[in-house]
Amino acid sequence: MSRRLASTCIKLIFYLKYKNAVPRSNTKIEPKLLPGDLAIWLFIFMELLVFGIFFMVYAVMRIQNIEQFNYYQLTLNRELGAANTLLLITSSYFIVKAVHAVKANNIKNCIYWLYAALAGGLGFLILKTWEYIDKFSAGISLSTNTFYMFYLSLTIFHFMHVILGMLILFAIVIKAKGGAYSAENYIGVETGASYWHMVDLVWIILFPLVYIMR
Amino acid sequence: MKYESQGIAKMYFIAAIALFVGQILFGVTMGLQYVMGDFLFPEIPFNVARMVHTNLLIVWLLFGFMGSAYFLVPEEAERELYAPWLAKLMFWIFLVAGALTILGYLLVPYARLAELTMNDLLPTMGREFLEQPTITKIGIVIVALAFIYNIGMTVLTGRKTVINVVLLTGLVGLAVFFLFSFYNPDNLVMDKYFWWFVVHLWVEGVWELIMASLLAYVLIKVTGVDREVIEKWLYIIIAMALISGLVGTGHHFFWIGTPDYWQWLGSIFSALEPIPFFMMTLFAFNVVNKRRRDHPNKAAVLWALGTAVMAFLGAGVWGFLHTLAPINFYTHGTQITAAHGHMAFYGAYVMVVLTMISYSMPLMRGQKAANVTAQKIEIWSFWTMTLSMVAITLFLTAAGVMQVYLQRYSADPLPFMVVQDKLAVFYWLREVAGLIFLSGLFLYLYSFFAKGEEVKLVEE
Repeated sequence: MSRRLASTCIKLIFYLKYKNAVPRSNTKIEPKLLPGDLAIWLFIFMELLVFGIFFMVYAVMRIQNIEQFNYYQLTLNRELGAANTLLLITSSYFIVKAVHAVKANNIKNCIYWLYAALAGGLGFLILKTWEYIDKFSAGISLSTNTFYMFYLSLTIFHFMHVILGMLILFAIVIKAKGGAYSAENYIGVETGASYWHMVDLVWIILFPLVYIMR
Repeated sequence: MKYESQGIAKMYFIAAIALFVGQILFGVTMGLQYVMGDFLFPEIPFNVARMVHTNLLIVWLLFGFMGSAYFLVPEEAERELYAPWLAKLMFWIFLVAGALTILGYLLVPYARLAELTMNDLLPTMGREFLEQPTITKIGIVIVALAFIYNIGMTVLTGRKTVINVVLLTGLVGLAVFFLFSFYNPDNLVMDKYFWWFVVHLWVEGVWELIMASLLAYVLIKVTGVDREVIEKWLYIIIAMALISGLVGTGHHFFWIGTPDYWQWLGSIFSALEPIPFFMMTLFAFNVVNKRRRDHPNKAAVLWALGTAVMAFLGAGVWGFLHTLAPINFYTHGTQITAAHGHMAFYGAYVMVVLTMISYSMPLMRGQKAANVTAQKIEIWSFWTMTLSMVAITLFLTAAGVMQVYLQRYSADPLPFMVVQDKLAVFYWLREVAGLIFLSGLFLYLYSFFAKGEEVKLVEE
């Protein structure tokens, strides 16, 4: 009995280990797990770690100050938040179109879609700035209370990431104009797109967490 | 050595090592004063010894960084240094200014030094690590500007690589943040707040860029691994260092009178500060494992790997130990901080400069690598210094834990000086470890003069 179990285990391990193995040949076909450069995924992972810790701390503090959090949450502008969510998701869609375009060797369209994605980011920044002006002119600062401290630091930290993401996309536009990308070489566009999706993903968690969930 | 002007690094490195010896001599003196309070009193009181110990450290590391930059940048930029004469001139200015400052600390009372150097015109003295007379600070700025002009012009008119651009960014940051040392507001909270802009944003900000680029350079040279791979690592490491390190300044703002939110921001961001150091360790071992050649300079490879490991332990682990606000509430300003300071400075910055020296010195002396005997001695000195620094850190950590308990955590806390007496055994052990470190340093010095069989060169 135990021998059969052991042999089944070994078979299972071998199966798991080699199920994705590609037969050796001269052509290089490797299963590609992640689009873009592996380095950006390391970076994305670390960014998510930072935001993850931030979200966890937020959750713990919310439990400890639930009334304060629920009360002041109502002062946030949900409509602007929702509009911003739409802007970022749409912008993410545009970046997908840009990747498709470059894969089809249509560099001109790729650049247009990149501009469209950038416009989405810019729209986000404008709405967010409007929201901040509203809050700051009401005298709200990091020191006002715990809720506003988290609201401001989380959203400003994310705001900086939108700017960084836009800088990356802008660098890709410049490279694309210089003829750096083609249907064979589009890894740079995918890399930027992956980062842009991360910026979007973080907001999709941040928005309900801070603005909506009660 | 490909470019003649790289040789300028040699004088900088010699000065750096000489000042390093001075720093350690004052270190062991002060270590003894912990347990024998009147040792060398009144000639060298504890506060003066401490000031000299920390100031010499900073000055020799700056010499080390400048020397490293002068060696690295021409080769990366593929051209001679923009103005070699300026580099030589600045060397002497910096050395004389540094020596005069240290002599000033030792020969006249600090208050008299302030008077003599007309500190009242623009008061900047009297703050930990920034004790230098205002005139010395102005000198540092002039030297830094000339240095950055020289390095900057070399990079801008030559080949720009990720390594030299990151290094230049770090050096510019170093100069810019030093300017906060001239800002000396009357409000003590504001004073401390901006004081950290120099201290923290140096060692946990821009210096990390310098360190990462120096390490990357040496690793490219000794392993022959593709530049592209190393540059990618460099990008991720510096991005992470800046993301965690800039807001991480907040971990110094917990108890100095700044708003409460710093306890959160400081804790969250600085908890992530070990990540770039951990990545540096992964990076170094990864690259060495994938090496395309076995470089004859074994000592330099060892220093490079040692830097990555010790920086992670000293800066990363020992920093994390007391970076969260609820823990730091009890530990701030105790021997835990001293433990962290020693291992972090040694592991990150001392070792990276020694890595550069180890790699470049033989080249500047017309060899590919030091001879077999010299390398053996250097490797011995590596282990002696590194292990004794681990011992110093552990003894100070033990002292710190006990101090926190007796002085701050127990049901009836004891006064500071009573607790200090109880820690004497750890201070004695630390002093012994310090003396072993000093002997390791002498071994290191001897390695430059040891004669022996030349290394065998493997065809690349």
